[in-house]
This record gives sequence, structure tokens and C-alpha cells, in this order.
Amino acid sequence: MDHGAPLIKFMGLTFNLSNILMITVASVIVFLIAVISTRRLAMKPTGMQNFFEWVMDFVKNIINSNMAWKDGGRFHVLGITLIMYVFVSNMLGLPFAVTYNHELWWKSPTADPVVTLTLAAMVVGLSHYYGVRVKGLKGYGKDFFKPMWFMFPLKIIEEFANTLTLGLRLYGNIYAGEILLTLLAGSLATGFLGHAVAVLPTLLWMGFSVFIGAIQAFIFCMLTMVYMSHKVSHDH
Amino acid sequence: MLLDSYVLGASGGFNGGDIVFQLAMFIILLALIKKFAWGPLMGIMNQREEHIAGEIEAAEASRVEAKKLLEEQKLLLKEARTEAQTLIESAKKQGEAQREEIIVAARAEGDRLKNSAKLEIEQQKEQAVSAIREQVASLSVLVASKVIEKELSAADQEKLINEYIQEAGEKQ
Repeated sequence: MDHGAPLIKFMGLTFNLSNILMITVASVIVFLIAVISTRRLAMKPTGMQNFFEWVMDFVKNIINSNMAWKDGGRFHVLGITLIMYVFVSNMLGLPFAVTYNHELWWKSPTADPVVTLTLAAMVVGLSHYYGVRVKGLKGYGKDFFKPMWFMFPLKIIEEFANTLTLGLRLYGNIYAGEILLTLLAGSLATGFLGHAVAVLPTLLWMGFSVFIGAIQAFIFCMLTMVYMSHKVSHDH
Repeated sequence: MLLDSYVLGASGGFNGGDIVFQLAMFIILLALIKKFAWGPLMGIMNQREEHIAGEIEAAEASRVEAKKLLEEQKLLLKEARTEAQTLIESAKKQGEAQREEIIVAARAEGDRLKNSAKLEIEQQKEQAVSAIREQVASLSVLVASKVIEKELSAADQEKLINEYIQEAGEKQ
């Protein structure tokens, strides 16, 4: 639980090597899933193609529930990548955690606030970018004074709150799940009784963590589209 | 110490490198997925959509065509039926007319035959009568000449002959 992190300094920036490793692993897995499922495309989809088309449809529905497709179509790839990346990241830390030299190497990348907040900040930043691009600087600025001019400070706070909650919600859920798994697995090492007592809760908690990981991925994608639609849609 | 590790950012300073790396990886992943998965799959999905739309349209068109053909066939059938009806009707009428004609012709022929037979009979009778008359005349002349061969003047003879002839004509 209280393991250290393999930190190195490079070009004035601090790198957590375990984060680097897990981000890379998650990205590679997502990429492999995407490529394998679209390697043999057919008009009559089979197997993995069905799965990937289901993912696409799923994200499409999320977008459609928030804004018109002509506004939201451009976020389709972003949504697909986000939901798959977050889901895979959440799952990565579940089966095991690897420590080496008292440093935690294998975990969910999303169990680190730096990673989740980076994603959240990226999403919010993108929403501002597209807000300006779609509505122009004037329309974008006006949105901060709607519905009343005195809402302006709240609107500013909202942007930061959005970023923080989006990132920390994901981080908190996944990190808490891993902490509890580590505690349960740790109790397995206390002898036969420990085993007997811990097996059932561990299994239950693992199942629940899978559920939470999926839900959090969905929520992350959903909230991304909500924020995007706030900035992009004209009827808000 | 245990609590410290749960605190946000407690794992030692600010990991600026992680942020950069995460951002870079995500953008690369985004680009790769767009190029290798999303693009082709979207293409094939659009293609399928178009295909299905086309199939539906074709089905609709062929349905309309079938309906039209059915209408046509029905119309043709109806026409054929009425035509057959009129044909039968006219055939019946013709037959009726022909029957009538034949009957009339037969009747006329019969009448003609009867009349000619009557005429022939009349002629034969006439001939027979005139033949008999001649024979009777010559016979009576013979008889009279035999009876009154001796003393009969020519005038008396003539008178007698004429009386006989008259009698013969009345008896007929």
C-alpha cells in the first residue's frame, strides 16, 4: 500500500516510471484491440468487428444523448478512445499489483491523480478549444454570462470544479478499489485463517471493481460529452 | 506514514513528466485509432448503411412493379373474360340465326317440291284425259260405223258422234 514510486528526473521533469509503463501498456492494449477488431472488415460483421461496432454505437448514443450529431460527430473518435483507454486502464490494476524493490510498478494508471487529472484537463481544455472554434470568440465569451451576468464568477469556478471532479472521481474510485484489493490480498498472507476469511471478499470486491471500472469509464466518457455539449451546442 | 500515501500528490512532488507523457500517449493513441480503426470501420458502416438503404429502395421498387404487373394481369384477365363472354354470346346468336335460316330454307324447299309435284300430277291427269278422249272418240266412231254401217247419212253420223263425245265429256 505504502510503496514508493520509481521516480527519475529527466530534462527537469519528474517521471514516475511505473506510470510511464502502465500508460504505455494501456495504450498498446487499446491499440491492439482496435487494430485486431478492424483487421478484416466485412459488410456482414463477425466477432471482434461486432464488438468494436458496438463500442462505436455505444459512444455514438452517449454523444447523441447530449447534442446533435452534427455538433458532436467530431468527438466520436475522442469518445471511443477515452472510454476504451479508461476502461482498460481501470482493469489493468485488478488482477495483480507488482512491486519491485518496494516500488509499485504494476497498477492502474488511472489510480494516479496525475494521470486522471491530465485526462480531465485535456478534456476541459478541448471543450474550450472547440467552444471557441464552433461559436467564435464572442459567442464563447458570452456563454460565461448566461443566464445572468452575475453568474460569471460561478462559471469560472465551474470550469475548475469540472476538471477536478472529472479527474478525481475516476482516480478516487480506482485508487480506493486497488487499496482495498491490496489490503485483502495482504490479509491472505497471514496464514490459513486469513486465506479462508479473505477469499470471498476478495472475489466479491474484484467483481465489484470490474463493475466500477466499467461504470467509471462510461461516466468519464459521458461527462466529457456533457462538457463538450455545454461549450459547443447552441441551445444552451 | 500510512495516511500520507492516501493524500493527493503525496507520492513525491509534482510529476510533470507523467503529464507530458500521458498527453502525448493519448494523442498518439487517438491518432492511431482514428487512422487504423475508426476510419475504416466508419467507412464500412457507411457502406453498409448505403447498401441497406439501396436494398430497401430496390425492394420497394420491385414491390411497386409487382403490384403494377398484378394490376395489369388482372385487367388482362378481365378483358379476356369479357371477350370470351361476347364470343360465346355471338356464337349463340349466330347459331340461332343459322337454325332459323335452315328451317326457313327447308320449309321453302318442301313447299317448292310439293307445288311441283302437284303441277306434274295435274299435267299427267290432263294428258291422260286427252288421251282417253281421243281413244273414246275413235272407238265410238268405230262402234257407230259398225252399227249403222248400212243406211246412215253423213249428217246423222256427225250428229251422233257429237252426242257421244258430249256424253263422254260429262261422265269424266
